[in-house]
Amino acid sequence: MLPAPAAAGAIGMAETTTAPAPDERLVHVGPLTRILTRPDIGALLGAIAIFFVFSYFARSVDWLTDPGIAAGWTDQAAQFGIVAVPVALLMIGGEFDLSAGAMVGSSGLLLGYLTVFRDLNIWPAIAIVILFGLAVGFLNGIVVVWTKLPSFIVTLATFFVLQGVNAALTLNLTGTTAIQEIDKASGFDAARTIFATEITKYDFKVKVLWWIGLTMVGAWLLAKSRFGNWIYSAGGDPIAARNIGVPVARTKIALFMMTSGTAALMGIITALELRSIQAKEGIGNEFIYIICAVVGGCLLTGGYGSVIGTFFGAAMLGMVQLGIIYAEWDSNWTYTFQGAILFAAVLLNTVIRSRAQRAR
Amino acid sequence: MSTNGHLLEAESIAKYYGNIVALKDISTHVNAGEVTCILGDNGAGKSSFIKILSGVHRPDGGRLLVDGEAVQFNSPRDARAKGIATVYQDLAMVPLMSVWRNFFLGAEPRKGFGPLGWLDAATAKRICREELHEMGIDIRDPDQPVGTLSGGERQSVAIARAVYFGARVLILDEPTSALGVKQAGVVLKYTLQARDRGVAVIFITHNPHHAYPVGDRFLILNRGRSVGMFDKSQIDLEELVRQMAGGRELAELQHELAVLRADAS
Repeated sequence: MLPAPAAAGAIGMAETTTAPAPDERLVHVGPLTRILTRPDIGALLGAIAIFFVFSYFARSVDWLTDPGIAAGWTDQAAQFGIVAVPVALLMIGGEFDLSAGAMVGSSGLLLGYLTVFRDLNIWPAIAIVILFGLAVGFLNGIVVVWTKLPSFIVTLATFFVLQGVNAALTLNLTGTTAIQEIDKASGFDAARTIFATEITKYDFKVKVLWWIGLTMVGAWLLAKSRFGNWIYSAGGDPIAARNIGVPVARTKIALFMMTSGTAALMGIITALELRSIQAKEGIGNEFIYIICAVVGGCLLTGGYGSVIGTFFGAAMLGMVQLGIIYAEWDSNWTYTFQGAILFAAVLLNTVIRSRAQRAR
Repeated sequence: MSTNGHLLEAESIAKYYGNIVALKDISTHVNAGEVTCILGDNGAGKSSFIKILSGVHRPDGGRLLVDGEAVQFNSPRDARAKGIATVYQDLAMVPLMSVWRNFFLGAEPRKGFGPLGWLDAATAKRICREELHEMGIDIRDPDQPVGTLSGGERQSVAIARAVYFGARVLILDEPTSALGVKQAGVVLKYTLQARDRGVAVIFITHNPHHAYPVGDRFLILNRGRSVGMFDKSQIDLEELVRQMAGGRELAELQHELAVLRADAS
């Protein structure tokens, strides 16, 4: 080994083994700042705020303490929150899925078709529907990866295709806009127990447990698995990620499959719960899922976000949906509320994120 | 034939793009614990040359030898398998991700088995902090997003990462070009740290003032040709600058400027 050239000493070779002196540019980061810089904190604060807003406006019912009321809004929140989990992961991975809402309808209708018109037992029908969901997600993913078209466009196309298929085939099959009497399928009651019953005397839905469970799985994946690291990198800088050896294409396809697969699960839950399924089921919810994810701290550009935050985002929208009814306002105001929440959340998250980068 | 076992050797490398000669008859080598600098102005062929060394392009003439044996790289992966790691200017780092997540990106340590294996974050953070500390880089908080690091720190993390994952030859592509004076100094320091850990370093730059303090050997390129290769003992900084600017051309230019100035007065 050659001796270090004399000139190297001048640029600081000698000081490397000494204990590192604290950098004068670093400011001590207190626990409060640390908490305030988490991506999900805005959604948590927002959910608490909305809860207290309706505890005032919906005071005609016992909003604060009646578990029956909570059962109502958690039902609604789970409706959004279950699919919002993979939608958030997909957004962190840098992609959108606008077909997730229509997929809920397609899946429920397929379950209805298989059980009512093909006399299939509910369990194989459920398996087929889940496989169908994964297949649609695979298609979305492979098209996005191969064509390099924005997923916004690709899944918008899927959305419209599915919407047309749902309406046309349902009408063709039944002469109406819904498939009824799914509860006549063999095995229906057992399946309903797992996917769509009430679990307490206050009528809390089992759906809520699915919501909480999937959120935990999603949060674990993101924070604690190798796949989570790949999700972050696929959205943050796909070229850099590919250069370093991350299978970016596979990661994205897997995310699309998870999203459509979970939408299929939601379709199954809905069909079992209502014992019938409307051709229009799920349409319009694709944006609600994205609002949940954005409120939860996910960046539209990818690479950043939180599944826990998305959970609070869904809780917030669930409370709005029910709160407006209990407050005896015209339910059309729901959309206005959702829009205002989205806007406020994006502003708040931007502030928090810029703080996060200055706080260090 | 020089099979005297240099770690990495390039022999009479040529590269053509259509009828354009990008490189012709370029030879150099590097050994463990040495720094070979490749100098040249814009368009001198530096990028073409490192793309050949790192397996992105294949040479149209000449050959590469690793440990004295001829090799052929069909992809950067082949080069990496031989222990040749390239730190590009874009660094292959994701700004929004934390330092430790970036450090282990694509090679995450895991606990448990199969699909249930989880990310061993504690180990990853510990190794990341240790490795960076070993290089003399004090990252206070491995959870800090890479985007909050300075350019020099980012380069240094990329170098530390390449060294940790077993690079024997480290190719640094213009690591100091976008940096301020002090930050460039920091990167040069870590380059030497890598060298002192026994890594062979190929340092590409257009700045002789950055090359001279760290280099053991200097290959100067001009318009795709080698101007010459010098050991440090053969050349001083002033001569290096002069050679790089194209010796005679610079003298002519100075002469023309002097004439112009005389005319003006």
